[in-house]
Amino acid sequence: MKSLGSIRRSFEPWNDPNQRPYIAFENITKKFGDFVAVKDLTLHIYQREFFALLGGSGCGKSTLLRMLAGFENPTEGQILLDGENMAGVPPYKRPVNMMFQSYALFPHMSVEKNIAFGLKQDGMAKSEIDDRVANMLKLVKLEQFGKRKPHQLSGGQRQRVALARSIAKRPKVLLLDEPLGALDKKLREETQFELMDLQQELGLTFVVVTHDQEEAMTMADRIAVMDVGRIVQIGTPAEIYEAPKSEFVASFIGDINLFRGEVTAVNGSLVDITTPDGMVIRSETPHAHTPGEKASFAVRPEKLRVSRTKPESGVNAASGEVWDIGYLGDMTVFHIKLKSGDVVKASLLNAVRTVEDPIGYDEEIWVCFDTDSGVVLNS
Amino acid sequence: MKFISAITRRLVIIIPYAWLLIFFLVPFGIVLKISLSEPMMAMPPYAPTIDMADGISGIIEAFRQFSFANYVWLTEDALYINAYISSITIAFISTLLTLLIGFPLAYGMARAPTSLRPTLLMLVILPFWTSFLIRVYAWIGILKPEGLLNQLLLAIGLIDEPLIILNTNTAVYIGIVYSYLPFMVLPIYSALEKMDYTLIEAAQDLGCPPISAFWKITFPLAIPGIVAGCLLVFIPAVGEFVIPDLLGGSRTLMIGKTLWSEFFNNRDWPVSSAVAVLLLLILVVPIMFFQQAQAKSQESGR
Repeated sequence: MKSLGSIRRSFEPWNDPNQRPYIAFENITKKFGDFVAVKDLTLHIYQREFFALLGGSGCGKSTLLRMLAGFENPTEGQILLDGENMAGVPPYKRPVNMMFQSYALFPHMSVEKNIAFGLKQDGMAKSEIDDRVANMLKLVKLEQFGKRKPHQLSGGQRQRVALARSIAKRPKVLLLDEPLGALDKKLREETQFELMDLQQELGLTFVVVTHDQEEAMTMADRIAVMDVGRIVQIGTPAEIYEAPKSEFVASFIGDINLFRGEVTAVNGSLVDITTPDGMVIRSETPHAHTPGEKASFAVRPEKLRVSRTKPESGVNAASGEVWDIGYLGDMTVFHIKLKSGDVVKASLLNAVRTVEDPIGYDEEIWVCFDTDSGVVLNS
Repeated sequence: MKFISAITRRLVIIIPYAWLLIFFLVPFGIVLKISLSEPMMAMPPYAPTIDMADGISGIIEAFRQFSFANYVWLTEDALYINAYISSITIAFISTLLTLLIGFPLAYGMARAPTSLRPTLLMLVILPFWTSFLIRVYAWIGILKPEGLLNQLLLAIGLIDEPLIILNTNTAVYIGIVYSYLPFMVLPIYSALEKMDYTLIEAAQDLGCPPISAFWKITFPLAIPGIVAGCLLVFIPAVGEFVIPDLLGGSRTLMIGKTLWSEFFNNRDWPVSSAVAVLLLLILVVPIMFFQQAQAKSQESGR
């Protein structure tokens, strides 16, 4: 069976009608004065899920997280956590913990005291607290740093302390607000996988807010892409990437070549889209289209093939000249200016180290793609 | 070049030290010398005077005549000891009152919307634009038996006869608290304003109710500001002269007043100098404490 992406999933509670959502946002609206931050939003998140809220700044993702933590109250709608209505429950009584973007470590307390803070609030016995703190320090590999103050730690270490503090109480749900935003690229990539392992190990439900699509794709089981207070698409990373439902999602996640035009022919599951400059794109589509309607076609750069000779099939092929070449190491990105004037991006994996006679600037070349390489979007 | 830059670097350090030397150590040396002298009916009213014309021998001769008699005198007359104790008590209570009023004020300012804060800060600083003396005089107009406060209270029927506030210690407290409030508010405000509000959210998120979060997070982080504010109020309040003189009564005993009357009424420069030196020694303790607190907060501040 063909599936989207290259991961076989065994964990798909969202496809199981018998599963009860663990976190449920029901018709949530949040207004700040006249500004509507979240608009009539319904979202279900399941137990043990690693869920990502992805969107640009001001899309309402952080507001959603803060409502779950209890720092903001929804203007309308309700939030259920494990079946319990959270309305009127103050933040200090909610079984969720948050890892703040700024880490919010208490500067006057040592690392140990920071981690122990929440446990002391629960009135846990001293010896038990000590054990738990030691455990947490071990988990985040900071055993040597328990007595230090936050300002004596590096950014990465502080991030770990913040993480340890937020999971020390074993919350039902861990909320992470841009958890890796302040780390440099390499550390961020390592930490992504560590967070995934940790989530698996502890069996917690994670809800992460991020603007970094790569971060969301790597870590999350499912992603909700948000724009101006609404969820525009929910799905697994592969669904979001390979089958975006709108131009917004297609262009927000990853690179995309977008062609706008009109449906000129429908033949079973194949449609022809003709662009204003006469280029005809033939694509498979699961949706029904009728000739004459406006549609756009989106195809990822890595789905394009580049060749010096005209492809045999003749369908979905266009020639143009090499405009720019970007060598990224693992792949090379070509910007190709088509006859129509459109510039398309094609990326080629550099699977071998040496190439004989590589494609150079200003060369006339052909780009082509298969009928199942892209998606047709209603514009 | 290296040599020159080394010199300029030294020079930068020399400036504050030179300032201290000229405007603090030299005058202090003079006061200290006078405090060790004997009062005389003369010009200047003490002996010995150092005459540079006599050279080294003159200075040595002067040193021989120095005595601690004035200091001994201060310990023998209960007036001085009582004045010191009373000054410290009044300063201590005033500091406490200033803190009680100043902290909520600073807290409110630090939590106010960012756009409002400069205005609030301005309002705190604004009284400084008027002379301190005039503002203290204004309090006489407010506190006197037929003053504004009594008129108001009588008018609304809260009291039947005027309250006697002026020329009591209460008036001194009011005066000190009023005058020194900005010195308490500003350092506390600056400490609280620096504080990241997400710390409170983090504390609440970890199960800490708001009031408890205040005592566990906000208060400890404001301590450097509180210490600075308290010392900035306490130290000058101990030596305060104008406020007890104008608002206090005849029974208000403060060392600043004692010093003034020794100096101007009795024309006893040596004793008043001894009073001043002793006051300084008493204040050195809190000043050093202040310095240490400053250094500590600078070290932990990032």
